[in-house]
Amino acid sequence: MYMDSARDVPSGGFNFDNCRRNAALLQGGFKPPTTTKTGTTIVGIIYKDGVILGADTRATEGPIVSDKNCAKIHYLADNIYCCGAGTAADTETTTDLISSQLELHRLNTERQVPVVCANNMLKQMLFRYQGHISAALVLGGVDKYGPHIYCIHPHGSADKLPYATMGSGSLAAMAVFESRWKPDLSEEEGKVLVRDAIASGIFNDLGSGSNVDLCVIRKDSTEYLRNYELANKKGERQLNYSFKKGSTPILHTTIKDLQITERVHVVPMEIS
Amino acid sequence: MNSLGIEQFPDYKVPGVQHVDFHPYESNGGSVVAIAGDDFVVIAADTRLSSGYTIHSRDQSKLFQMSSRTVLGSTGCWCDTLSLTGLVKLRMQMYEHTHLKTMTTDAVAQMLSIIMYNRRFFPYYVSNILAGLDKDGKGVVYSYDPIGHCERATYRAGGTAGSLLQPVLDNQIGYKNQNVPADQLPKLTKERAVAVASDTFISAAERDIYTGDSVLINIITKDGIEEKTLQLRKD
Repeated sequence: MYMDSARDVPSGGFNFDNCRRNAALLQGGFKPPTTTKTGTTIVGIIYKDGVILGADTRATEGPIVSDKNCAKIHYLADNIYCCGAGTAADTETTTDLISSQLELHRLNTERQVPVVCANNMLKQMLFRYQGHISAALVLGGVDKYGPHIYCIHPHGSADKLPYATMGSGSLAAMAVFESRWKPDLSEEEGKVLVRDAIASGIFNDLGSGSNVDLCVIRKDSTEYLRNYELANKKGERQLNYSFKKGSTPILHTTIKDLQITERVHVVPMEIS
Repeated sequence: MNSLGIEQFPDYKVPGVQHVDFHPYESNGGSVVAIAGDDFVVIAADTRLSSGYTIHSRDQSKLFQMSSRTVLGSTGCWCDTLSLTGLVKLRMQMYEHTHLKTMTTDAVAQMLSIIMYNRRFFPYYVSNILAGLDKDGKGVVYSYDPIGHCERATYRAGGTAGSLLQPVLDNQIGYKNQNVPADQLPKLTKERAVAVASDTFISAAERDIYTGDSVLINIITKDGIEEKTLQLRKD
């Protein structure tokens, strides 16, 4: 009895059954649907009292902007946040999954979870999937050991750094950090530096755009500054584009009476 | 095994043979819009030059004034655009010296098609829109594919945001699929053409990553070519 039911339980994780079929379709000239990429600028720095994370808000599908104001700074725990670049679905599900595991870990251990723990869980998961999960992350948080920034690559390698950048705008942002970052920045200086790094990604990298999001994590408080700065104002149109009523021709009209009949079957609860 | 009974390798995927690809083309982005009226024509192009995810220039005009009444808007592979417009200018000068008159817009349109078809099997990778006044002083727009197919129109959008802009022009200039009597539709004035062209670019810059920075607008009338600029978003 137990064996029979266990057979029907699907195994967890990804299913690679269709990989060979998809490869054959590709060779036959099939164009697969595209995924939403967040061709992105994401950054993180350590400052005097904690860490500051930053991100732009553009999501793209090839040359088209698919979301003009998306959120790329994800919640992991009260003291840990994570910026994600790469395939939007991957960064979102990965951070969500790790976030719930971190919460369970916190309840089990009855302690605030350290940032290294989030780093380990993320990189072990990404390594297990051999780079098939396209998530490039900047992890930041403050715990009893102090402030930490980690830079995690899609294949599962991670660096512990005082300042990090990721995504298509990483070079533009890193140029700002390399010229102006120094240890023990004040919070105001730190915010300006992160803003400038994201802005340089927004204006010089076509994959990044729209607004600046910030997240400041201090020893015992966190501040999520969504749309900290609207770096780009939308142009003002000269004409009014509302249509006169009746502009759309009505080809034909039919009115149907709907008779809704509903039958409720009562199924008794199984008691065994 | 073929009909002669000789074992042959297929001419593809032979081990040990390396295939080196030659990539002579690059897309440098940008969009062009042209709208023709009874006695004027408006042509506008953005000024961003890019490749991949990087911007090369925020201030590069893609409009080429071929004569006092003809302007060519050209986007695609920028080096092909330069080479092609250079050749067209040269041929127009030769025409002027042999025939002692300036080429008409219609003649330039015809010649451009021939020059592009000359490169049928190694084409100029460009999206061209030619705008000008014809011999009667009426506004005309010609649009091309990269190998020289030419089509005369009254309005046209081309370039990376061409597929986003054309439906807007169909609706706002062509008044397609609208159940409104002709006398109630706004007349296509020079001001309206400029406004529609500017507004389409503002919208294109929102969604196309290769369109932005600013728009250059040329308004061609019998009195000459008037130039205008409009700033777009820079991200």
